[in-house]
Amino acid sequence: MSTLQDFGQYETAWCPGCGNFAILQAVKKALVASGLSPHQLLFVSGIGQAAKTPHYLNANVFNGLHGRALPLATGAKLSNPALTVIVESGDGCNYGEGGNHFLAAIRRNINLTMLVHNNQVYGLTKGQASPTSQKGFVTKAQPGGVLAQPFSPLAVAVAMRAGFVARSFSGYEEHVTAMVTQAIAHQGFSLVDILHPCVSFNKLNTFTWYKERCEKLPDDYSPTDWEAAMKTAVKWGDTIPIGLIYKNEQPPYEENFPVLKKGPLAKQGVDKKALQDIFSRYL
Amino acid sequence: MTTKTLNIVIGGEAGQGLVTIGELLAKTLVECGYEIVVTQSYQSRVRGGHNTFTIRTSNAGLAAPQETIDLLIVMNEETVRLHREELSKNGLVVTDSSIKIDAIPCLGVPYGELTSRRHENVAALGVATFLLGLDKTVPAQVLERKFGKKGAEVMAENRKALDTAYQWTSDKLAQARPEALDFLKLPETKRQSPRLILNGNEALALGALSAGVKFCSFYPMTPATSIAVTINQYAAAMGVVVEQAEDEIAAINMAIGAAFAGAPSLVTTSGGGFALMTEGISLAGMTETPVVVMLGQRPGPATGLPTRTEQGDLELVLYAGHGDFPRAILAPGSVEECFHLAGKAFELAESSQGPVFLLTDQFLADSFRAVVPFNVDELCSVQTGTDPSPAQSPYRRYALTEDGVSPRLLPGFSRHLVIADSDEHDEDGHLTEDLEVRVRMVDKRMKKYARLKNEVIPPSYLGAEDPELLLVCWGSTQGSVVEAAGALESAGRKVGVLHFAQVWPLVAQHFVEYLNRARQVVAVESNATGQFARLLERATGLQIRRQILRYDGLPITPQTILAALKI
Repeated sequence: MSTLQDFGQYETAWCPGCGNFAILQAVKKALVASGLSPHQLLFVSGIGQAAKTPHYLNANVFNGLHGRALPLATGAKLSNPALTVIVESGDGCNYGEGGNHFLAAIRRNINLTMLVHNNQVYGLTKGQASPTSQKGFVTKAQPGGVLAQPFSPLAVAVAMRAGFVARSFSGYEEHVTAMVTQAIAHQGFSLVDILHPCVSFNKLNTFTWYKERCEKLPDDYSPTDWEAAMKTAVKWGDTIPIGLIYKNEQPPYEENFPVLKKGPLAKQGVDKKALQDIFSRYL
Repeated sequence: MTTKTLNIVIGGEAGQGLVTIGELLAKTLVECGYEIVVTQSYQSRVRGGHNTFTIRTSNAGLAAPQETIDLLIVMNEETVRLHREELSKNGLVVTDSSIKIDAIPCLGVPYGELTSRRHENVAALGVATFLLGLDKTVPAQVLERKFGKKGAEVMAENRKALDTAYQWTSDKLAQARPEALDFLKLPETKRQSPRLILNGNEALALGALSAGVKFCSFYPMTPATSIAVTINQYAAAMGVVVEQAEDEIAAINMAIGAAFAGAPSLVTTSGGGFALMTEGISLAGMTETPVVVMLGQRPGPATGLPTRTEQGDLELVLYAGHGDFPRAILAPGSVEECFHLAGKAFELAESSQGPVFLLTDQFLADSFRAVVPFNVDELCSVQTGTDPSPAQSPYRRYALTEDGVSPRLLPGFSRHLVIADSDEHDEDGHLTEDLEVRVRMVDKRMKKYARLKNEVIPPSYLGAEDPELLLVCWGSTQGSVVEAAGALESAGRKVGVLHFAQVWPLVAQHFVEYLNRARQVVAVESNATGQFARLLERATGLQIRRQILRYDGLPITPQTILAALKI
């Protein structure tokens, strides 16, 4: 069992008013609610303002390359399935640079939780368009407005029948906590796309903009109905649904490897008798 | 003892089963006690095209391929057309009797009368067994081991094809000029105790398994794929996770994640795939994560010649990844060395906590040789991570130490937290922009070179003490260079061979005397610009002006070297 204090309190490099603060707090609460201790956790992040989050809590951390958190986390999980592995990074990192890994992680159904801080803009590099920026969104790098369609992570994830697909909003800290807690509990790949404002570089999708649109899914919503989930996942306009959009139960990827039933790979030596048998095949 | 060396080429289209004949014949030769060097040449396609499986064999030691052909076993007419110029003076072509060939010695075998189409491969083996003067019971045993499990009927059919073809050849040659074919008869040799038949990639895979590889990620790319496939074949028995990644960038990052969590980790690739991995290599350097990269070279740039050989990626591997960080590069010269250096690569990666590279090429990857079995009891596997019990709290992953190597705890194995960062970081692993810390951490990482240099494999030297000619080579060309040197020695010249099985880091005092002492130094490499000669110049200041370079996609042979030296 752990308490909020176990996860520490650190100075951050974020702008005052950034949505990341609420997300960090909600993640810590979710970890406490999940009964996890810092040493049981591995946070893997990429590069970006969101990717700094793991530095601001107590856990094992691998802050890797831009876009490459998912494959690194996949390798770590396949090396030691006892670790609770959480990928935490932004929309640019996960959906842009790491797009192919996003698809592959869903296909594998590897048992890890992917938290995407989605503010529809690049913060760390000072305000260029991200894969989720709205068409027409004007930045210094896109002075004529964004020309391409926004990427719809939830629609893609639901279309691919990802194990657990949720959306939340940093303005509702308790909702974020609930979604992250459920995502950690889910055995298989889980995605929580967390909308949040960027106070410095996104003057369009502001706190108020999200607050006016984000609407919790009704109590009678069934996340196991795939067709209904597809319709919910593509909703983006005056109303943006938040909550657990889709869920299914499939065996997680790591269960396919019999060797992992014997524990972490680091603890498994070389079976010299098996090795001798292998050599003999080449005689 | 008279020494005889023969070069046997089996050629045809992909899908005609020539690799089956080749492997069966290679096994037969080894069991009879001969040495082999196999060279495989194939095209980047699944069916058709022109492929060869070449077995050079001898009753004496052998480590190089040969260009001329003594026995050409062909499955189609095109093979004859493409290779007739390479036939040696007495060279014989063995073909189906329906293929008409003029003006060269040819044995037309009526395969259709002797056996069914399905067993033509085995019939060809029967013909070769007779021509080479081999004990007929040996290929029968080889067949038994290959097909025995498929039931008595399958075995009987194969056995019949072998015997019928052998007998036909014997009868045929009894009628006409058998003495002309005597040169194909191998001298009798002593049976040796059983040897393994391995190609370079298999030896790398077995070496990695022996060393304790536990995680292997890869994206398929010729000629490296079979390393991962071989490991996967034994993954269940040896407790290894093998994962085909969505791309090479994922492959290297997965391996780094797996290694961070404690598994000795490997990625296998070729030049193009490796180019995609380079940011990950830099990450392994920065986060001080042990990872082994095996790179089977093929000719570039870009897609190049996918199924041919070259040593053109040395500089790519040497300079891959942005920023300064230590690395080691191994380059085995033989199949046996592939096995041992695979183990060495894992040791070095763990002890230096960083990336270690092993460079081979298509020639060595696909080259089967007979290898004396490894003694399982003598093999050591890598110990991963550091014992957490003496660690103080808070644990600092990048604690500054005398030799730059910090205790490496594994996440989840104790209550200590392990923090790794691709940003510049402080001793605790958290990112920093303190520029003094930056300098300390760069110095810490670079200090690890001292350890790598202590463990460098010095180049091997073979030959006269004061040679007039020194041949310098690295990696897979060793056998050809040594054989060429032997030929030059027989012609009365004093020759030495300096072979590097480790090409980085270089410790000049290990070899600079050899370069200084020889009257003439010639570098031999399979690339267009003499990449290793350039590296030696960087390490020693000595320029090697004379270079023998081959970059047509085929391996360097003794003939390549002798012709260039105009002998």
